Amino acid sequence: MSAADSPATSSGVRLRRALAMGVVLLLLALLPPLANLLGQPFLVTLFTRFLIYAIAAVSLDLIIGFGGMVSFGHAAWFGLGGYAVAIAALHAQDGTAFLGMPGTNEALVAWPLAMLVAAVVALPVGALSLRTTGIHFIMITLAFAQMIFWLFVSVKVYGGDDGLAMARRNAFPGLDLRDAATFYWLCLALLAGWTAFVRRLVGSRFGLVLQGIRQSERRMVALGYPVFRYKLAAFVIAAAGAALAGALWANSARFVSPDMMSWQKSGELMVMVILGGIGTLYGPIVGAAALLGLEHVLAQYTEHWMLFLGPLLVLVVLFARRGLWGALGGRR
Amino acid sequence: MLLLLEQLLNGLQYGVMLFLLAAGLTLIFGIMGVINLAHGSLYMIGAYAAAVVAGRTGSFALSALAALAAAALAGIVIELVVVRRLYAREHLDQVLATYGLILFLNELMVVWQGRTPLFMKAPPWLSGTVELIPGIPYPTYRLAIIVVGALVAVGLFWLIARTRLGMLIRAGATHREIVGAMGVDIRRLYTLVFGLGALLCGLAGLMAAPIFAVQVGMGEQILIATFVVVVIGGLGSVRGALAGALLVGLTDTLARAFLPSLLRSALPATIADALGAGLASVSIYLLMALVLVWRPRGLLPE
Repeated sequence: MSAADSPATSSGVRLRRALAMGVVLLLLALLPPLANLLGQPFLVTLFTRFLIYAIAAVSLDLIIGFGGMVSFGHAAWFGLGGYAVAIAALHAQDGTAFLGMPGTNEALVAWPLAMLVAAVVALPVGALSLRTTGIHFIMITLAFAQMIFWLFVSVKVYGGDDGLAMARRNAFPGLDLRDAATFYWLCLALLAGWTAFVRRLVGSRFGLVLQGIRQSERRMVALGYPVFRYKLAAFVIAAAGAALAGALWANSARFVSPDMMSWQKSGELMVMVILGGIGTLYGPIVGAAALLGLEHVLAQYTEHWMLFLGPLLVLVVLFARRGLWGALGGRR
Repeated sequence: MLLLLEQLLNGLQYGVMLFLLAAGLTLIFGIMGVINLAHGSLYMIGAYAAAVVAGRTGSFALSALAALAAAALAGIVIELVVVRRLYAREHLDQVLATYGLILFLNELMVVWQGRTPLFMKAPPWLSGTVELIPGIPYPTYRLAIIVVGALVAVGLFWLIARTRLGMLIRAGATHREIVGAMGVDIRRLYTLVFGLGALLCGLAGLMAAPIFAVQVGMGEQILIATFVVVVIGGLGSVRGALAGALLVGLTDTLARAFLPSLLRSALPATIADALGAGLASVSIYLLMALVLVWRPRGLLPE
């Protein structure tokens, strides 16, 4: 059970934490005008990327940190969400149908659709993968993600290896997503909304059962809980979250490619979660910022920045298990 | 029919290479409980060492030596510096730390040799063809891979079943503390096993260098196939690794060779080609899913 939800947490601590959260949100919301003021408008794009990855990382933390399911295939859902949006846009553009359904460029249709598609695919994949645990689960989720990766590499109609470009960003009623700042704020709102949702979920009865399963699956089975269904539900919800991030990514880059679901992306998402702190929800957001920031900074000095990122990762795993969130004084 | 035989041999040859990697991976997991993502990187190191030395000296013997030595040495260093600290950790930690190693080793190869793939020629005495069955010329080099791989497999089973080291390996997998209490230096045993796994990776890398392009990323490609092998065979089981490797090698090769043309006899050509290519590239994952439904712990679990 997370400390933040325990009755022991005094209202004062809670208030302070809510205040800190509010300040961070405010600062993030003020970024676009600040970036313009500083004459660094590219920062908005960089931070948009960070917000999008953070959504995927938070959803991965739901299953790793709270469900104890170490998925090495989370990027598959990220990519699937992106492709769903890009393919829908492609069909809307040339007026053709996909399996009898028309395409769409409406964000309010395409984005939920992306989440739905990922959830529908994640259901059988999760059901099969959850027949196993531990190391098997890690390898099997990786293998399924590879399978989806290769499927998209071989589907030439949708670009295959080369990926698929989107002519323009989705249409969102009342907002002009072509404007970088507007898109940024929308991503920020979605990250805040998604994190709040996962937080509620984790604190709910469902979340408590899930955490109980992570601690001792046998105990929960003995208590009569349908353990498999709880784990599968969490797996599917996490997939939908990653798909939302993928849909946003497709809009941000106006391009999707199988790279979005490569095993390296899955690895990156796991790194964000562990770098920030497993099972903390806010930690993975910090982790996403730290990893992308680090990449950005290292890349300015050397083309071979992975030479430094790799060993750094090893050091973090070996010596800083609590993650950045723990180091910042945050608690689970 | 002739084509089928040739593709069967190709599948066998791929399976043998997968076995060399899977055997090490599964042994290391079975004994130390460590999942090592950098296993594929050791294969890459072996291939690079072979290609570079062959390019400089032209001697196959020297490049073979270099591949084996480089991979084994890299493996031992990795064990001593990083992996040793991961034995008592969760799988998640092991995955992430060895993922960091992959990033590092891949970039190291880029710094050393650049991003252009290297190519290596097979030695002259292995570069011809042999007619195993009259009318089917088959590349000698690929045949040599099958033979060497089979010999190594036999040697490995002998090592595990009949030697003192094998006894320790088997005992270490099931009764770690007792082996330690009997006065065996467990840490050295672990380093040795890891080095052995790395040596097998180096051998696979050496074999691969004249067939595939030697490039960054080759390690991960085969690593993931190796995972499929190990999952199908049953984690920790060397017999399972052998069965899984042959099954995966044959499935992948035969699916790529025959699925598109099989589908073309039933479907329009354009759809058949697209579907065939797609299905062929995911055949081993489908195989894995089937095995999982049937036997979640693999075909021959320990």
